Amino acid sequence: MKLQVADLNSFYGPAHILFDIALEVGEGEVVALLGRNGAGKSTTFRSIVGLVENRSGRIVFEGKDVSREPTHAIVRGGLGYVPEERRIFTDLTVEENLEVGRQPKRRNAPHWTHEKLFTLFPNLGEMRNRSGGRMSGGEQQMLTIARTLMGNPSLVLLDEPSEGLSPKIVEQMVDAILAMKKEGVSIVVSEQNLHFARLISDRAYIIERGKICFGGTMAELDARPDIRDAHLSL
Amino acid sequence: MAFYFVQFLTGLASAASLFLVASGLSIIFGVTRIVNFAHGAFYMLGAYVAFTLTERFSGALGFWGGIVVAALIVAIIGVLVEMVLLRRIYHAPELFQLLATFGLTLMVQDIVVMIWGPDDLLGRRAPGFKGAVDFFGQNIPSYDLFLIALCPIVLGILWLLFQRTRWGVLVRAATQDRDMVAALGVNQKWLFTSVFALGVFLAALGGALQIPRDAVHHALDLRIIVEVFVVVVIGGLGSIIGAFVAAVLVSELNAFGILIFPKISIILVFLVMAVVLIVRPWGLFGKPEAAARRTPGLTVTPWRPLTSGERLMSLGALVLAAMLPLFAGNYALTVGSEIAIFVIFAASLHFLMSVGGLASFGHAAYFGLGAYGVAFLAKAAGLPMIVSLLLGPVLGLLGAAVFGFFAVQLSGVYFAMLTLAFAQIVWSIAFQWVEVTGGDNGILGVWPERWAASPANFYWLSLGITALVITVLRVMVFSPFGFALRATRDSPLRSEAIGINGKRVQWTAFVISGTVAGIGGALFAYLKGSVFPDSVGISLSVDALVMVLLGGVETVSGAVIGAIVFKAANIWLVSQTDLSKLVLGGFIVLMVVAFPKGIVGTLETIRNRRRSAGTKSALATSRIEVAE
Amino acid sequence: MSMVPTLLKVEGLSKSYGGVHAVRSVSFELRAGEILALIGPNGAGKSTCFDMLNGQNMPDSGRIHLLGEDTVGRKPRAIWRLGVGRTFQITATFPTMTVRENVQVALVSYGRQLFNLWGSTAAYAREEAGRLLDLVGMGAYAERPCGELAYGDLKRLELAIALANQPRLLLMDEPTAGMAPRERIELMRLTASIAREQSIGVLFTEHDMDVVFEHADRILVLNRGSLIAEGSPEEVRGNPQVRAIYLGEGLVYDARHREGAGA
Repeated sequence: MKLQVADLNSFYGPAHILFDIALEVGEGEVVALLGRNGAGKSTTFRSIVGLVENRSGRIVFEGKDVSREPTHAIVRGGLGYVPEERRIFTDLTVEENLEVGRQPKRRNAPHWTHEKLFTLFPNLGEMRNRSGGRMSGGEQQMLTIARTLMGNPSLVLLDEPSEGLSPKIVEQMVDAILAMKKEGVSIVVSEQNLHFARLISDRAYIIERGKICFGGTMAELDARPDIRDAHLSL
Repeated sequence: MAFYFVQFLTGLASAASLFLVASGLSIIFGVTRIVNFAHGAFYMLGAYVAFTLTERFSGALGFWGGIVVAALIVAIIGVLVEMVLLRRIYHAPELFQLLATFGLTLMVQDIVVMIWGPDDLLGRRAPGFKGAVDFFGQNIPSYDLFLIALCPIVLGILWLLFQRTRWGVLVRAATQDRDMVAALGVNQKWLFTSVFALGVFLAALGGALQIPRDAVHHALDLRIIVEVFVVVVIGGLGSIIGAFVAAVLVSELNAFGILIFPKISIILVFLVMAVVLIVRPWGLFGKPEAAARRTPGLTVTPWRPLTSGERLMSLGALVLAAMLPLFAGNYALTVGSEIAIFVIFAASLHFLMSVGGLASFGHAAYFGLGAYGVAFLAKAAGLPMIVSLLLGPVLGLLGAAVFGFFAVQLSGVYFAMLTLAFAQIVWSIAFQWVEVTGGDNGILGVWPERWAASPANFYWLSLGITALVITVLRVMVFSPFGFALRATRDSPLRSEAIGINGKRVQWTAFVISGTVAGIGGALFAYLKGSVFPDSVGISLSVDALVMVLLGGVETVSGAVIGAIVFKAANIWLVSQTDLSKLVLGGFIVLMVVAFPKGIVGTLETIRNRRRSAGTKSALATSRIEVAE
Repeated sequence: MSMVPTLLKVEGLSKSYGGVHAVRSVSFELRAGEILALIGPNGAGKSTCFDMLNGQNMPDSGRIHLLGEDTVGRKPRAIWRLGVGRTFQITATFPTMTVRENVQVALVSYGRQLFNLWGSTAAYAREEAGRLLDLVGMGAYAERPCGELAYGDLKRLELAIALANQPRLLLMDEPTAGMAPRERIELMRLTASIAREQSIGVLFTEHDMDVVFEHADRILVLNRGSLIAEGSPEEVRGNPQVRAIYLGEGLVYDARHREGAGA
């Protein structure tokens, strides 16, 4: 098991946001975390990487409980995180953005070099010295993923990678995620676009009002249109 | 010609220290988003420690080693400050950070006097640079030439550091998005600490290098920090090149300004700053700031006018206060009047800060202008008291109208720094224009007329005006104008998109606030019977800020309570200890760290929590969605 | 069709940044009651175009006739006074006020009472604010603090604010970004019905093709700053160039809207 989350509860100030979240990600798996805006997807990710201070529960990554570690230590351990809204460093060039993400080689995870990443995202290779602020939204999204891969993670949390992108770019994103999977990276994707999620995921969880209310394979989800439509507002 | 050239070189040499301090401030701001008010204090500490070391160890090594070691020692002090204090307030609103670091500055002022005494200290001259170089009959100190050469060297080293090292890339990344850097596996705590250490090192080095040129004294901190604020506002906060260019510009303006307008050379700098701000509001090399982040946990409870019960209670409190002369003596009544006056002053700033979201760090300017206005009218023009009281605040209004026009072009820390610089300009005029203001001796003999002369009558007058002012301000908060002002504060984007001219609304609020402060100042002149430059000083401006924060910045009129508590405590404290700055500074730091909501804010939170106990679950679910 | 007045006429609009043409010679028209979508790849110039229309950005050349007036060089607030309502990609509301107060501020501005220092805002245009909130289905939330609203409700509140100046034209920048599929459809259905009823023209940008194909009367496609296609949803869907650069294989939106599947 790559990642095991159990009894995860999170709070913002007095507000209880996540209730007893439990989820599992197997070696090399792509898992979708589906839910509406505000259901708790981003908070789940932020809690796993330690960006939410007030949280309790067990987060076991590669057999080690990381729930008390600070963010940078969790990430250095090989758990990569790509936040929503891209958040690249617009003042830095593409190569400098990648430099920020660079971490040492890891035994149990694929090793990424600039050249390998530019094969995965050819657009980026053509603009190595361009500043992030002068890239389109699609290129920025590619760069955030590439930047996280520079840390040689064995698991990546991808928060809403398709949001605000044109259909064509979303299709490129599908290819990139499948290529990452092929390299051996385990992936959790949070999504609202079920079409997109279906193209990449092995399994899915549905989160609603801070609680996990479904977990199963994509086929099992399709067999339950009642659950799907009720919780995803399709 | 040679004279002007030498003057030019002198300007360049003065730019060195200014650049070192300003670049340090900029670097720290870039990453931590904290405008480190204590930067002037670190500069001063650098000078004092260097003085001690260079006196103790002789020879060239003793001198140069002393300078560098002094900067290192102060940098270590900086690291401790960062780890103990700043790490706790990185997520606090920027106003709190400014205040906390100002509190530090106050503490350092008292500590420095405790260690080195109150007298000016003259440092020894730099070995190898004691002489002067002859230039067409004019002497240039060779140490000045050393400083002139040092400036571009430091700039070059900093440039290499930021552009060519991994540390530099990480720092530049953190400048933009701190959390993201952590999410990429960088230990941002140590990144912040190292950046702060570098910034403090530069400031202390700037101070240490000044000892052969200048006496070391305990007012160096405020003098340099105001100039540094002007430099970073002109150059652009966060830009090292900007700090360099602006430091040279400001120093040259000072060097030549003194030749043209000997008394008011600071006016020249101010004019240049005003022009820069109009053309490029974020400085010559700065970038437009993203909108100030809203602090998580900030109350979202909308404001309500007082209920009829609360109105009755306020009225009761007022009646109670009015009965004070029945049982209190003259001293207590004078203290009571002073407190009432400071309620007016604090409320004026509170209106600007809470409703307008504009934290003025130089609000004493308008208080003092009101006081001087009264003094001019009563003493020079010999007008009756009523007329002076009514017209005196007009000077505050005019000052607020002129300075406010420029200040509202900016927001956040820029606004704070600019208002501080403006107040310092008013202070220099009050201090230097002796013919009109009496300079340090002030204007004496501004006594109230007989009907208001007795402590009881003056107290009732002050109390009456205070009650009137507070009522008017409260009505304005809930007026359409008050909502337009809050709208501009909450979302500039949305308010522009619904036809609100934000700058004009904020300017109006600034003028209202300045006028009200002027009313307080006018009363203050009559209470004290005199006016001094102190009434315009930075410490008075900060008193106002502390009163607002103590009351609660997110409340409608918490400043009233804040002013009463603060002023009463302050008067008592000054009578008890000589180290009032140390105590006050410590209090400010403590308040920011432990008690950020203020008295009224905390009470409201407790009350709301009690009220919503029943509906809590509903609230929690609705917050889930906000939180994402 | 010719009886319907033209609200917006854009001619030869251009803008470049540092030698890069963000928008090149874009021209189009929008009529009252018409819902027009502006789509295109990220970085195609949609935002720049939008910002020029609402006055946040100055075009290098070209003309914008908005409701009969040349608006180039006017500030956003002046354009709002002409009768243009706006919503933003990331909602912009006043979080420290109640829902009703949010709308009341807009009404205060519309009634030119911004510098009224003495009146009571609580009593100002209370009913009108309530009516607007009812219109977008937010009447029940009128007294709630705006900062506590769910995202979808914020979007509806923003629509109510945008309607406060009785606009003739609505500019909506990615109105359904970040919403769940059903919420998207509901918000656009609401917008469309208000627009048709009050004969308001709507120009919106959007990446969700399900929303675009369902609600747009006409679609403009922008690529690298130039208009490359314009037409009905069917026409745009069938345009091979648009599919090559933007729509892709149609894997990531509803099958009903793929080419050849019919409307």
